[in-house]
Amino acid sequence: MGKMIKVGMADLNVCPYPDSITTLGLGSCVGVALYDPQIKLGGLAHVMLPDSTSIRNNVNKAKFADTGIEELVKRMEAAGGSRRRFVAKIAGGAQMFAFNNATDMVRVGERNVEACKKKLRELGIRILSEDTGLSYGRTVEFYTETGMFRIKAVGKPAKEI
Amino acid sequence: MSKINMDSMDNMHFDLLRELGNIGAGNATTALAQMLNKKLDMKVPKVDLVGFDKLPSIICGEEELVAGIYLMLDEDVEGSMMFLVPEQSAHNLVNQLMGRPEGEVQEQFTDMDLSALQEIGNIITGSYLSALSSLTGLTIGASVPYLAVDMAAAILSVPAIEFGKIGDKALLIKTEFGDDVMIDGYFILIPALDSYDKILGSLGL
Repeated sequence: MGKMIKVGMADLNVCPYPDSITTLGLGSCVGVALYDPQIKLGGLAHVMLPDSTSIRNNVNKAKFADTGIEELVKRMEAAGGSRRRFVAKIAGGAQMFAFNNATDMVRVGERNVEACKKKLRELGIRILSEDTGLSYGRTVEFYTETGMFRIKAVGKPAKEI
Repeated sequence: MSKINMDSMDNMHFDLLRELGNIGAGNATTALAQMLNKKLDMKVPKVDLVGFDKLPSIICGEEELVAGIYLMLDEDVEGSMMFLVPEQSAHNLVNQLMGRPEGEVQEQFTDMDLSALQEIGNIITGSYLSALSSLTGLTIGASVPYLAVDMAAAILSVPAIEFGKIGDKALLIKTEFGDDVMIDGYFILIPALDSYDKILGSLGL
């Protein structure tokens, strides 16, 4: 079965077969799982903010969609993966509170999802499936054996995408 | 240039913020005691600057259910504030407000429970902010409070994201109050960086 690698908030890691990788309680953050099916190499980034260039304090690459996904791709290549085989699954980007004014801050979940999709498109990585938006938190687990992405939420049955 | 760097705050600034946290939490407890018409004991609040990635695990497990009350601040102090109670404490609070027997176990929050929680959050955060406002002489406007009940890490992602824009640490104030049943509550204060300057400036620093 392998072990379960844990990724924290604004963090990322690669995950060789036969291990699996998880991040707990995604809210407005987005979990981006990348997978190289040929060598069964996985990776997961827990992205908090859409754009590193709009913020001064941007040392932590894993915090942002643009630099985080780029870094994850690099790390997976260093672990023997090949970018042209990478596919992606994404989850999260919820709006946790039902705000009634639509400022940028309020839409941060949605903007995170958009930014992840944009970056993946730029890198030519196809998104196989997603479970994003709505208003609840998600715990995600990615399994390198099959490339399955399991999504758990409070009071809902687990979902596999 | 801002006078404060959240990642390397000096002791004097931190002590001051801690004191503000204490007074705010004390005020909030008093307001709650009046609302419940009960004498509430309060422990000395613990105040810490915590890396946002560690926030959920300090409060409870990342996946544990918590109720979060979140509001936006404007006028002199911009930013946001959150009051957070773990599930069991939230049930205890609601039970007390509703006059249910103490320790009665509820499976889930009903709509009535949720609106009671929102009201409690409103009073607690409101009295916290009015303490802050009268100490500093600053006008602090607040939005209506928003409530969500979900996994701790998911709820905390909202203030963490706000905080993540200015630094990697948040000001976390843990309070405990109650009579027979103690209730844990956490305040997380997230002013914009220049608002920290205003708060400290108003106190002559």
